[in-house]
Amino acid sequence: MNEQQPLRGQVIEEETLITLDELCRNCTVRAEEVITLVREGILDPADDALDWERVGRWQFHISSVRRVRTVVRLQRDLGVNLSGAALALELLERIEELQRRL
Amino acid sequence: MEYKDYYKIMGVKRDATQDEIKRAYRKLARKFHPDVSKEANAETKFKELGEAYEVLKDPEKRTAYDQLGSQWKSGQDFRPPPGWDAGFEFRDFANEGMGAGGFSDFFETLFGGAAGRRGTGRPHARRDFRIRGEDHHARVIIDLGDSYKGASRSITLQVPQMDEHGRVGTRARTLNVRIPKGIRQGQQIRLAGQGGAGAGGGEAGDLYLEVEFDPRGHYRVEGADVFLDLPVAPWEAALGATVKVPTPSGAVDLKVPPNSQAGKKLRLKGRGIPAPQPGDLYVVLQIALPPADTDGRRRAYERMKEDFEFNPRAGLEV
Repeated sequence: MNEQQPLRGQVIEEETLITLDELCRNCTVRAEEVITLVREGILDPADDALDWERVGRWQFHISSVRRVRTVVRLQRDLGVNLSGAALALELLERIEELQRRL
Repeated sequence: MEYKDYYKIMGVKRDATQDEIKRAYRKLARKFHPDVSKEANAETKFKELGEAYEVLKDPEKRTAYDQLGSQWKSGQDFRPPPGWDAGFEFRDFANEGMGAGGFSDFFETLFGGAAGRRGTGRPHARRDFRIRGEDHHARVIIDLGDSYKGASRSITLQVPQMDEHGRVGTRARTLNVRIPKGIRQGQQIRLAGQGGAGAGGGEAGDLYLEVEFDPRGHYRVEGADVFLDLPVAPWEAALGATVKVPTPSGAVDLKVPPNSQAGKKLRLKGRGIPAPQPGDLYVVLQIALPPADTDGRRRAYERMKEDFEFNPRAGLEV
């Protein structure tokens, strides 16, 4: 394969919103898993009011991808439950925030 | 093929109990988990660990592995003796504990035939059923200067791959990627069709590259704004001076106003990360003290002491 020519990608802006479907595909998880994360307050869709009848219309902030992937990995790899993974996620985000300020 | 010493990787003795192995795994997994760890090579270590645990946690695999004998050393060239695995069956392949990327050749040779291990175990048998490939994610570390100018970077990914016998291994895949000007920390670049292959004629998934600036540089970044700690001499800060300042787009002259204190922020407007509304570059002054290492220099400090009668702790009421 000739890959001399550099690949040009598309920059995903931080404000980008994605659908539940896109989020699932991006994280390789099932919709039910994402819905559980929302129910547990680990993930907030960007919608002002959540319509539980039409979850397919929910929109997520692009940063949700990273959060979902982290929670899934922590659960799978460390044997922690959902609340434990969520707690670790929030602490990790706090550490990152503090490190940025250093 | 290189021999892997799974006991050494997990830091347990060869006669460790299953409980001890589990404890060792959990401890090391927390230490080296790529999401949590700040250790260098966390990802590689975590992968090795997952592989070691995959074998040692399963009494059957462990017994088979032990049969190879304890005379082997990690990294030693290894060929499995013929018929070494007679009497063992490794059917129930656990699909847990591993992220993207497969096991080592060593593992695959011993316990291989792991077709469908990576979550694709559900048969997608129907021919007319098109499945889009998985999206893949990777991190790419670039210099801040790459974002100022734009650059081409070649990045190497470890891609899981199945061979014609259904064995899963990894291969290195090098991509030459255009880093667009103005990219910021944490932003993603989507490369359409560069992710996992589709099945049944389905299109390939996308590859997402998350951009991270090399933390070893002089600069700190917050959104589009860039920060630089700039050491100045006490007399430069006190009397004012024009000093050379490096920026990712080249050195500039900066005027330090008289009586500047340490921590003072000087803004170079528009010299942050380029964008329609570019970020700013903040220069944070740090006063560097010249050492009092000769008689003459000590005298200079003595003179200052006499001339200034300065109490730097006045604000602390002492």
